[in-house]
Amino acid sequence: MIEEILKVRKLCVELGGEQVIRDLNFEVNKRETVVILGPNGAGKSTLLKALLGLVPYRGEVSWATRDISYLPPQELFQRRDLLLSIEEFFELKKASPDKASEILEQVGLDSSLLDKRFGSLSTGQFQRMIIAWALVNEPSVLLFDEPTSGIDVGGQETIYSLLHKFWEQGNLTILLVTHDLNIVWEHADNVLCLNRKLMCCGPPKQVLTPENLEELYGTGVKYYVHKHRGY
Amino acid sequence: MYISTEGIEMQFVLALIIGAFVGGAAGYLGTLMLSKKMGLVAGPLGHLTLPGIAIALMFGFDVSLGAFPMVALGIVLIWLFEIRSKLPMESLTAVVFASGVAITFLFLPEEKTVPALIGDISQISLLAAAIIVVLCTIILVATRRIYPKMIMISISEDLAQAEKVDVRRCNFIYLTCIALTVSLGVRIVGGLMTAALAAIPACTSYNLSKNLSQYSWRGMILGSSACILGIAGFMFTGIPAGLLIILTSASLFLASLAFKR
Repeated sequence: MIEEILKVRKLCVELGGEQVIRDLNFEVNKRETVVILGPNGAGKSTLLKALLGLVPYRGEVSWATRDISYLPPQELFQRRDLLLSIEEFFELKKASPDKASEILEQVGLDSSLLDKRFGSLSTGQFQRMIIAWALVNEPSVLLFDEPTSGIDVGGQETIYSLLHKFWEQGNLTILLVTHDLNIVWEHADNVLCLNRKLMCCGPPKQVLTPENLEELYGTGVKYYVHKHRGY
Repeated sequence: MYISTEGIEMQFVLALIIGAFVGGAAGYLGTLMLSKKMGLVAGPLGHLTLPGIAIALMFGFDVSLGAFPMVALGIVLIWLFEIRSKLPMESLTAVVFASGVAITFLFLPEEKTVPALIGDISQISLLAAAIIVVLCTIILVATRRIYPKMIMISISEDLAQAEKVDVRRCNFIYLTCIALTVSLGVRIVGGLMTAALAAIPACTSYNLSKNLSQYSWRGMILGSSACILGIAGFMFTGIPAGLLIILTSASLFLASLAFKR
């Protein structure tokens, strides 16, 4: 039976007198991967913040769970100067060293890294570590904001294969903001095309037509339809 | 005025005690301020105490009592401006501190503020010392409680809010601790050098530590040690304690560069 985990009705967000999101309606079911797609300034990150109640909004946002994990990787990357060990970073989520070791191993990192400084990890290790951090308390929902922005192709692959692994293992629902159309074809159950208002919504094969993409981005977009799906 | 040897010894002991506590509290809080990239905020706030210190000197009451309302007023203004404007706190601090200094020199004669600039530890009552010790303990406990939350806020306010951290409450407690520390710090090192009291031990500790726990506790110990050594130096040389504390702290920082991890 399909269970709804999020329902959004008539969502409007206004920031600094400007309407960023207008009259948005959609639902997300449990264990779905929903990719939020749109050009710069379309309101994708603002939508995630509204879903978390971090910005004021009008309308209805109803969650069927409270176990929601939010991960803005870029903000974590920017604070790699912090004098914080990996163990202390996990303590911010009230995760014990044992639990932190266990999940680090699940993402392919050695638990001896717990003593290392937050900023001393390589980019690849850092990505794995923040995913482990986001998932350490076994959330029902993950909200990822541009997880691969500024990361090379190899690094992107790591993030998505890890997400896929955790998605396979548990009852995880994922809402992912990205610019990357390949991710949609590879991983999304549903796609939400956003440009301040909802432009299209549904399974990628149905909604990602050249016409819809041109309307969304305001220009022709070249893409290749992948023959397999990760999720 | 005649002061007995016993009286001088008592003053020395009291000065050492309040130095150890104020230096420790400032050093500990300073590590958090440095993590939030607010290491220099204590400087402008120290300057903001000048009108209060000048009034205290004119009317003969404790300089910390004069300083605190001024810093508290400044902090509340910064907090309110931050909520309203969303500008970074350090920028708003500059607005408030510059206005405070301008108002000081507009209404008060310059010579009244000069004694406040480098601190004075020669006149400390037992009651004042006891109050300072209690206040420093409160600062240390409050800072310890909000420390992890403030680290989360310093990474990302959105992330902290998503993790159910009450960002406004934590920021308010944090700023109140800064206000109290600055008000107590001006008594020892004066309004000019309070930033150094908080920032230098934190910088030294950063060089010597490999995690947050070491960093915060070493900041406290280094701050406390610099104050004790500076005050002891004052007793033997007569050079103002405020100057010696800062120079000791700066020397410890230079030495730490050799051991930087």
